[in-house]
Amino acid sequence: MFYIHCPYCGEYREEEEFHPKGEAHIARPADPENCSDDEWGDYLFFRDNPRGIHHELWVHAVGCRKFFNITRNTVSYEILETYKMGEQPTYTAEHPEGRPSAEAETASLREGVRA
Amino acid sequence: MSNTAVETVRTFDTRTEAKIPVESPLTYSYRRSGAPAPTAKSRVVMRERAFLGHLVLCGGAVVLDGAVRAVLGISLPGEPQGLVQDDEGKRSIQWVSPDEWLVIVPGGEEFELENRLRAALGDAHFAISNVSGGQTLVELEGEAAREVLMKSVVYDVHPSHFPVGKGVTTIFAKTTVVLRRPSEERWELVVRRSFADYTYRWLLDAGEEYAIGVER
Repeated sequence: MFYIHCPYCGEYREEEEFHPKGEAHIARPADPENCSDDEWGDYLFFRDNPRGIHHELWVHAVGCRKFFNITRNTVSYEILETYKMGEQPTYTAEHPEGRPSAEAETASLREGVRA
Repeated sequence: MSNTAVETVRTFDTRTEAKIPVESPLTYSYRRSGAPAPTAKSRVVMRERAFLGHLVLCGGAVVLDGAVRAVLGISLPGEPQGLVQDDEGKRSIQWVSPDEWLVIVPGGEEFELENRLRAALGDAHFAISNVSGGQTLVELEGEAAREVLMKSVVYDVHPSHFPVGKGVTTIFAKTTVVLRRPSEERWELVVRRSFADYTYRWLLDAGEEYAIGVER
């Protein structure tokens, strides 16, 4: 069982309260009328099945009923982070230890607050 | 054309003057499953507070907060899982979702409240739904109330994790409830009408070892 941190409720809840909704960050083609069948087919039907870090869309179905994203390791089942819709993940396949740029950004933010 | 939202939204009072018999969602359950009266041995007591006014407010927190303060005199709980009551403890607002709140007021007040909120909100982007007929409120009170809940919900109801003034939507047995804690000894379950019988029978069964009594 997962113990999932809902970024909207701000606390950990049992997996029973959630539903997985597949891969996250799937961008709809900007101009559906003029995109190729391949592009549209990829968008509608084709999903990645990575070994390792995977970004997933979940919904807190019994609870706040908000959709959010989970970065999960499909090998160890470890949940690395949960983040709200519209936000970008810190942990990616390229940066399994966390994005350095994100740290730099927060560091510069912190400096900005200090200044 | 000012106040277009107020003018275009059709509202109606769900409580009519007509002489139609009104039954609480648990009426059938009392008849079919019985209602053991509380005794000296009862460590937990259940009672339904039927026919309250339930409103769901959707919209931005800042906009709604202003209107709710002006109309109800209590502030909107901005923090997740927040539950705020007025001084009498009769009217409450609960955080349900970042843009959704549940308001429960004494029965009969909800239509006037809805209209006053609509007037106060004016052209703002919001939605108010009267869900009074769709759900009911069941109270559990007594020293064993928490133990009954521990058998029933997946959520951690330990006082350190569930202080007074908190409310969550969670799983109760095989259904869902809104679980709230308005005071130390009292827990409230907001139950869907269609699941009221199931919840009632589950509570009777779960509370049997604590000699659960039903106040009617």
